[in-house]
Amino acid sequence: MRREQPTLAVFKFASCDGCQLSLLDCEDELLAVTDRIQLAHFPEATRTRIDGPWDLTLVEGSITTPEAAKEIREIRRASKFLVTIGACATTGGIQALRNFADVEEFTRQVYAHPEYIETLATSDAISQHVPVDFELRGCPIDKYQLLEVISAFLYGRRPQVSSASVCEECKRAGQVCVMVAHGTPCLGPVTHAGCGALCPGCHRGCYGCFGPKETPNAPGLSGQLEALGMERATRVRFYRTFNAGADAFREESEREESGNGP
Amino acid sequence: MSETRTIEVDYLARVEGEGAMYVRTEGDRVEEVKLSIFEAPRFFEGFLRGRDFREAPDITARICGICPIAYQLGASLAMEDVCGVTVDGVLQDLRRLAYCGEWIESHALHVFMLHLPDFLGYPDAVTAAKDHPDMVRNGLRIKKIGNSILRLLGGREIHPVNLRVGGFYRTPTPDEVRGLRDELAWGLEAAGEVAEFLATLDYPNLERDYEFVSLVHPDEYPITHGRLGSGSGLDAAIRDYDDVFTEEHVAHSNALHSHRSDSGEPVFMGPLARFALNRERLTPRAAELAERAGLGAACRNPFRSIQVRMIEIVLAFEEALRLVDGYRAAPAEPALPVTPRAGTGFAATEAPRGICYHRYSIDEAGLITDAKIVPPTSVNQPTIEADLRELVQTHLHLPDDELRHHCEVAIRNYDPCISCATHFLDLTVERQ
Repeated sequence: MRREQPTLAVFKFASCDGCQLSLLDCEDELLAVTDRIQLAHFPEATRTRIDGPWDLTLVEGSITTPEAAKEIREIRRASKFLVTIGACATTGGIQALRNFADVEEFTRQVYAHPEYIETLATSDAISQHVPVDFELRGCPIDKYQLLEVISAFLYGRRPQVSSASVCEECKRAGQVCVMVAHGTPCLGPVTHAGCGALCPGCHRGCYGCFGPKETPNAPGLSGQLEALGMERATRVRFYRTFNAGADAFREESEREESGNGP
Repeated sequence: MSETRTIEVDYLARVEGEGAMYVRTEGDRVEEVKLSIFEAPRFFEGFLRGRDFREAPDITARICGICPIAYQLGASLAMEDVCGVTVDGVLQDLRRLAYCGEWIESHALHVFMLHLPDFLGYPDAVTAAKDHPDMVRNGLRIKKIGNSILRLLGGREIHPVNLRVGGFYRTPTPDEVRGLRDELAWGLEAAGEVAEFLATLDYPNLERDYEFVSLVHPDEYPITHGRLGSGSGLDAAIRDYDDVFTEEHVAHSNALHSHRSDSGEPVFMGPLARFALNRERLTPRAAELAERAGLGAACRNPFRSIQVRMIEIVLAFEEALRLVDGYRAAPAEPALPVTPRAGTGFAATEAPRGICYHRYSIDEAGLITDAKIVPPTSVNQPTIEADLRELVQTHLHLPDDELRHHCEVAIRNYDPCISCATHFLDLTVERQ
């Protein structure tokens, strides 16, 4: 007899929908996945709604409003295994650029009636609000890593996701180092693997969309960027893109900004 | 005695982003219709200020995971406009090819995953696959072909890394481009069959007198450039966009509403508008299928947008094949040099859901001093509300559940692509 299928819920907060789209982008594997796991809540894909508790919950997006902060606690309570997908959910995402600025000023720049807009002063990672069982990085996530996380969940094992740097993937792909060979600024040495060293493969430097690797030596990289002639203000912006809120990138950008960099 | 009804959909399903709908009726009159976008504000236009002009394509891509090319290319074109650079020839062909990939991928997502389940009577495509396995599998394969174009030219499907101001970081080899050909040829045939199948379905009757607005171009079905055109004779350069349209911030939505500055009337952007204004520039196969589907010179039934989207998928396949066959050699340089100069640049492209407008000012060092981005969802909001108003008015006899479902399907005529609403929807129907 067929066992009852585990349930999958997908939620989003402030984000572009790209990471949950990654699941729909598994064109060849999507039907195989949905054969093994029941879509209980996934508004982008289905009208079906099955109340929690859910076995596996994927959360995209960052916490930027008071309601979101409340909702994520409810989702956590209704989730057995909660995985954040993507840079927004894992480090605050591009929205975290507000953490370095005056949000009221942003609101006035963008909206005619700022009083209609309710928002928090910061864009927070999910883990700043609730315990998270696993974080999948990337802006966007890599769909094969997502499939690995889902199948690891189905088989009750830990996901095999590398914590090495982009450099390691780049070497393995046999690509020429854009920084050494061409003097192109590259965040690869401090950036978490997962994309397959995409940017160097396109002859450009990594822009850090998977966020910091474990134990990154950002000050060391800043010295190299400076030696390549990259100006301080440009270096600050280099660390402040899609993972600006991640500790290692935030700290290095602040160190640079305060003039304590190389 | 008058009866009050409210119908609410507090979280719209199978649309991209977060939105809701509220309708209030009194007796036999619809009093209020509100489509609200409650996607959290993300402030893109705020934090683009102070960034280098070359960073805009990578940053603006993050506005939307479904149509990043619309943002990357719009930002690039606007920056090139400021700096007096025109990208044409092979590089422009590659841009159009990339955009064809986005049309195929995004339209296929919309047709097969978001919209078709409504007409087949399923909660989602995955459930529909149990009874219609070939339809869903072919739909996914069509979508995958769009994505394979994006992967080749952009490095990856979502937030491509290979497009830049001036062109590309790396241009593909002719062999790599030719590698797309067999699947494109399959896709063209398969998309044609789906277009014929869609013509056999029943669609709700709703015809409205929209003011269609799209880009128009003398030589081609507009995707990457053109002038602003409309059914009522509008003909304006893209740099005049802000004179032609006015945006307004309403309390019930985080996305700004747009209307014509002169008449105050809402406009309609997207596939139906492009089709109506550019009918004669369809590619041969797309034109033939549109004819056979009985779509006429223009289609004013928003529920038939699924058919027009399918016609546009056919067109994108034909265009992609033409561009692939025409790619004989990689250009000498992957990008034109672009040197910053102070000024303001304008661009608009046809995102899958309609015109996506960009305006940026930069200083002499190339830092962005001002940014304005208007996605089509934002523009279409009042039109969607007007559709809902008419639909509810003519279907008041239905019970709430059925009426609510009708309204949801009507919203999915547009998608809408809510997370795009840079400056930004919940359904409630209240019957009194």
